[in-house]
Amino acid sequence: MANAPATAAQGRRTSSTRPPGARADRAGGGTRSTKHGSNQRRRSATGWLFIAPFAIVFLVFLVAPLGYAFYLSLFSKGLATGTAFTGLDNYVTAFTDPSFLNGVWFVVRFAVVLIPVQMAVSLAVALVLDAITSRFARFARLMIFLPYAIPAVIGALMWGFLYSPTFGPLQQIFGAFGADAPFLLSPDNVFYGLMNVVTWQWAGYYMIIIYAALQGIDPTLYEAARIDGASTWQIALRIKVPLVSSALVLILVFALIGTLQFFTEPQILIYVSNGTITPDFTPNIYAYNQAFAYANFNYASAISFALGIVVFIAVYIFLFFTRKRGSILS
Amino acid sequence: MTTARVIHPSSRAARNAGTATPGPKKRANHTLSYLFLGALVVYFLIPMWWLLVASTKDVGGLFNGSSGALWFDKVFALGPNLVTLFTYNDGIYLRWMGNSLFYALTGGIGATVLSVLAGYGFAKFRFAGRRVSFAILLGSVMVPLTALVIPTFILLSGLGLTDTVWAVILPSLLNPFGVYLMQVYAADAVPDELLDAARVDGAGEIRTFFQVAFPLLRPAFITVLLLSIVGTWNNYFLPLAMLSNTQLFPITVGIGLWQGQASANNSGGESLWGLIIVGSLVSVIPLVIAFLSLQKYWQGGLSIGSLK
Repeated sequence: MANAPATAAQGRRTSSTRPPGARADRAGGGTRSTKHGSNQRRRSATGWLFIAPFAIVFLVFLVAPLGYAFYLSLFSKGLATGTAFTGLDNYVTAFTDPSFLNGVWFVVRFAVVLIPVQMAVSLAVALVLDAITSRFARFARLMIFLPYAIPAVIGALMWGFLYSPTFGPLQQIFGAFGADAPFLLSPDNVFYGLMNVVTWQWAGYYMIIIYAALQGIDPTLYEAARIDGASTWQIALRIKVPLVSSALVLILVFALIGTLQFFTEPQILIYVSNGTITPDFTPNIYAYNQAFAYANFNYASAISFALGIVVFIAVYIFLFFTRKRGSILS
Repeated sequence: MTTARVIHPSSRAARNAGTATPGPKKRANHTLSYLFLGALVVYFLIPMWWLLVASTKDVGGLFNGSSGALWFDKVFALGPNLVTLFTYNDGIYLRWMGNSLFYALTGGIGATVLSVLAGYGFAKFRFAGRRVSFAILLGSVMVPLTALVIPTFILLSGLGLTDTVWAVILPSLLNPFGVYLMQVYAADAVPDELLDAARVDGAGEIRTFFQVAFPLLRPAFITVLLLSIVGTWNNYFLPLAMLSNTQLFPITVGIGLWQGQASANNSGGESLWGLIIVGSLVSVIPLVIAFLSLQKYWQGGLSIGSLK
């Protein structure tokens, strides 16, 4: 694919590498080349050989679906007219469709509230676990991480049961105080009900990533700070947190991508939410229903493609700003 | 530039010696820390505790039990529940578990093999197009994979591949983040001099990779393998969209199906709710055991992604 600019960049780096075109000419002409040059070229081909299997999967299952989705999204299926080219009409429809917009608005709001909470929890746990070493700390680390090994489907099911007035303990607990238990999947509470499920599912995984980064810090830094009179809190906030900031950025990107494509948990809780979770609750659920309930594949493709673009841009902007800020801070 | 972080046992020991110095203030801090950790452990274990307790109840205990949701009922029915689970609908549950295992292993191993090859290729070879293709790869990490599900479904249905195992396995082979992790790890863990030495000794590139590079890449390989297997095992959206033959369902989609059926007929679904609960319990056991027994592999490896 984009060979020319890369070759130019490559040429600047190592003068012995020739562009592929030149290489074919030379090989065809049977020109003798230096031993070094031929090694370089053979190794260049080998590099592609190692990448080729992944590159094929990448082209077939990432580039092709995206391209095909974009192509399909340019058509519309009318009842009388059949499938016709309508240009960007589907996108105009999507970005004025309250179902799509409300879904996007929900996942954006959800990300803005959920991610800081999740990060705060996982960072706090990681800092505590980094500070104390005992059998209980090791046990706690494992138990907090465990939800990662549990499928999101099962996690959502379990919390759905715990929220349910029939199966869950909430009614009992609130009943003991003579109060009615809140239903955490009611329209007013569903935001927090889902936030709890997702935090439970992922905080442990994020914690382990931060914890591993903390363990990689050279402990002599702490000694030096302590000699300078820094307290445990100061060491945690001024030394540890800045040093694991790259792990925090990584987690944030994961969480952002994951939250914007929110699907499994609300989809599983649809049945027990008494209608709170609608078929257009998140963009992904909406696309799923457009495709499989209404067989409206053109519009579903447009939504999928629009969602992909929205996520890509959101993450790109985020990375751009963290990079800027990081360079100012350091 | 990029450095994979490795935990040094010596640095840990040194730190432990440093934090072991006791003081009254520090001990008070630790009490708070332990309370905090204890509360979190309770929070993270409650759903699983509930699942374990509920799995031991019969239908009566589940719906009209007297001992509450978080404690065992008078009747301990775990055995009969398991028998019902494994025999219901000609043992479809075991079939789903087997499918999940099959998808997770084939998809996971496949994705990991592709990742280690491509990561090594990107890290250790200078070739035309390398920088651009690596930039494209990094960009693709930001593409939400679920946004690809419906387009992939349409594409595969054109080829007549939907509702086959291939529809689940082949898209699972795509793991750009795995390639990125392997690239970062390989760049540091495999010295160029070692590869050159092997080449001077006359080893071909393939042999150099398997005998020299791969042993050094093993920690990252196991990490990516674990992540890919868990990712495929836990996947819901992809098989849900691709499959309609219940015989091909993985466990996540199967339990989702039961839940839909149980919700649809509220009165007749009572026994099905019991199946869902005990089925959920059994389904999490393999991965939980895998994670508990493979601790030393994933705990070090997960830090590879967090780089400076």
